[in-house]
Parts: sequence; structure tokens; C-alpha cells
Amino acid sequence: MTAFLALIDRDLRLAFRFGADTLASLLFFILCGSLFPLALGPSPDLLRHMGPGIIWVCALLACLLPLDRLFSAELEDGSLDLLMLTGPAPAAVAFAKMAAHWLTTGLPLLIASIPLGIMLGVKGSELPLLLFGLAMGTMSLSLLGGMAASIVLGARRGGVLLPLLVLPLATPVLIFGAASSYAGQLATSPAASLDLLGACLFACLPLCPLAAGQGLKAAVG
Amino acid sequence: MTSPSDFPMPPTPERLLDVEDVTVFRGDRLVLDGVSLTLDAGDAMILTGPNGAGKSTLLRTISGLRRPDSGEVIRYGSLAWLGHQDALKPGLTLAQNLALAEKLGTSSLADALDALDLTHLTDLPARLLSSGQKRRAAFARVMLSGAPLWLLDEPTVGLDVASIERLGAVMAAHRAKGGAMIVTTHVPLPLDNTRSHELPSLAHVESFWLS
Repeated sequence: MTAFLALIDRDLRLAFRFGADTLASLLFFILCGSLFPLALGPSPDLLRHMGPGIIWVCALLACLLPLDRLFSAELEDGSLDLLMLTGPAPAAVAFAKMAAHWLTTGLPLLIASIPLGIMLGVKGSELPLLLFGLAMGTMSLSLLGGMAASIVLGARRGGVLLPLLVLPLATPVLIFGAASSYAGQLATSPAASLDLLGACLFACLPLCPLAAGQGLKAAVG
Repeated sequence: MTSPSDFPMPPTPERLLDVEDVTVFRGDRLVLDGVSLTLDAGDAMILTGPNGAGKSTLLRTISGLRRPDSGEVIRYGSLAWLGHQDALKPGLTLAQNLALAEKLGTSSLADALDALDLTHLTDLPARLLSSGQKRRAAFARVMLSGAPLWLLDEPTVGLDVASIERLGAVMAAHRAKGGAMIVTTHVPLPLDNTRSHELPSLAHVESFWLS
């Protein structure tokens, strides 16, 4: 457990040390979201209606950005060998990296989605539900993305393969997450969508680190 | 992390490692052909052989990073690993780089840094260290582990004569405490009573397909 926390601690230090890399996905998220009003026109009704969907798609894409380097930096400098040999179990190593990914990407995205939501005209009363759904969604994306990153680790053109693997897997998260965020606008209950979103998260929670651990072991072998 | 119960009972109390008839393919190329060796407490084994003879592959197989295609590697104790690369993050200080190894290991950081003459560099970012200093920092990680079996892949790359002497003293102290090591090296190490294991070049062996 101490090793697990030490690994997260090290990744957070690295993220703060190289702030530009961490900020890149955040800026991408905000820029990407700001492009929609330019393309769709400034109609407040249209933007308010599309707002949650725009935020969900942009968050999904922004989560993908840092995945490429999640494990490959460790593989290239030999750290992964050490982690596999002397660190915690492979699945725990993978889970620690996924947790660090969420803390450095998912959490800032959540915070940034508040101003982006307001900019797109999402009502203040709808924001908590959007954030709650996004919190579960970004966690699932970190888990799924970490798993895919470990699978393509060491493969040629892995960076190209990665989105092709993650995006189809992420569709249920996107569907149920966006559906839950629209409940406020459509005056329906978000319970069913949130239940299914939570189900996605709790399916990913044990399975993705286990699969990723195997991927990491294969990559160093 | 690892308790003695994680390892099988050794056939003799001194035994740390048995490698039995290990064969490894890389793709369809034979890299190691029936390698057998044993290591007892206090041993220092130098792996020799031409470039591409599989020295690093043998170390990776012994460490467990790679599974042998046939044969068996039995370790009777925990191991410490020094690979080709130093595994230091350029943006973190030396102390931060070694923090994880310190938490996982049993030895004191101050002693390891002192033995390798790194104490004055503790708070320097790794990107400012010279390649020899980085190599010593990576070696400090091995010392921190407190593991009896050391697997060292070219530990002396980039080191000056004084640093190699210092490394030799650390290795001798480790052997005196009942540790053992397998080392690949191209320069002579200041070690007494080493054993050596010659790996033949298998480049002449016809490649064939695994069915």
C-alpha cells in the first residue's frame, strides 16, 4: 500500500514538474469546447441544448491526449522493468498510474467543465448533475485508457492504435453519461443513466487494472 | 515487500539461484541454448560473451521479466535489478528518484549515497547529473533494496576509475554479508574470486520456425 501511494505521489510530482504536459489536455478541452459556438452559431438555445453533449465529447477526447505517454515513458527509461520486479503487483502498478492519470487529467477537466458549461449556457441547477456524471465518466475513461495504453505498449504506431481501441470501449460511458446530463433539460429522472454509468465504472474498476497489469508484464518480457 | 515464505526452500542453505537448462527464443532466433548455472551466497559471477550472445537476455530471464521458453529459473531470495537504463526521471531530484526504492527496500538511503559519494547531489535534479553520476544513482537503488541477489547489467558504464573502485568496495561488502551477484561487464571489475560464465555466440545457428 505504501508503494502504491508512493507511486501516485511520484507521478503527481512529475505532473507538477512538467506542468505544460498536464495543462495541454486541459487547454485542449477548453479550446475544443470553445470551437463549437464558432461552428454552430451563437444561438443560446442551440448551445444550451448541445452543451452537455459537447462537454462529454471534448472530455473524452481530452482524456486520450496524455494516455500515449502514460506507460511508454516508463518503458523507455527502464522504470517499468524496476516496477515489475520490485514494485507492487503489476495490476497495482497499473492502477496507481490510472489513478494518477485521473488526478492530473480527469479532475482538472471536471473543474474546467464548470466555466465551459456556463459559457455554453448550461443552467446552474443542471451543473451538479453534469459534474457528478463527468466524475464517474472520467474515472472510467482513465481506467479504460490505461488498459488500452498498456496493451499497445511497445507496439509500433501505438499512439495511432490507442484512440482506435479506447473510443469504441468508451461508447457506453459516453451514451449513459451524456444521457444523465440531459435529464435536467428534458425534466426526466437521471437515475437509470447514472445507474448504468456507475455499472460501467464498477465493471472497469477491477477488470481494467488486471488486464493492464498483464499488458505491462508482456511489454517488459 | 517479499517475505522468505514467497520463495522455495533452497537445496543448501547458501544457495540463492538455480538456472536449469534455460532456452530462450527471440522471435524465431535462438538466443540462449540450454544455459545452466547456480549461485551461492558470496558468489560473484561475471557473464561474458560477444555482443549479442544473450547476456542481457539471460539476466532478464533470471530476473523473471522474461519467461524462459524451456527450462527453469528458481530463485531462493529477493533480487535487485540494475538494467541498461538508469530509470531516473530528469525532472525529479536524486532523493525523489530514489524515494520509491527507499520505501520498498530495507537499507538506509544515507548509507547508500555515502558509499557511492552521492550525498552532495541529493537535492539536484537528475537532468543535471553526469552519466557517471546517474549510473551511481541507479546503483544506489540496488543497494537500497537489501535483496541478497543482485543482477547488474553493465554497472560500470560511464564510470571513472575512482567510481569503479568504490563500486568494487560496495560489491565486496555485499558478498561479505552473504549476498551474491551476476554481472555483465566489458571492463575488468575490482573483485576477487569471481566465477565467470561464458555465453557462446549463437549467430551461426540457423534460425528456424517454432512450430
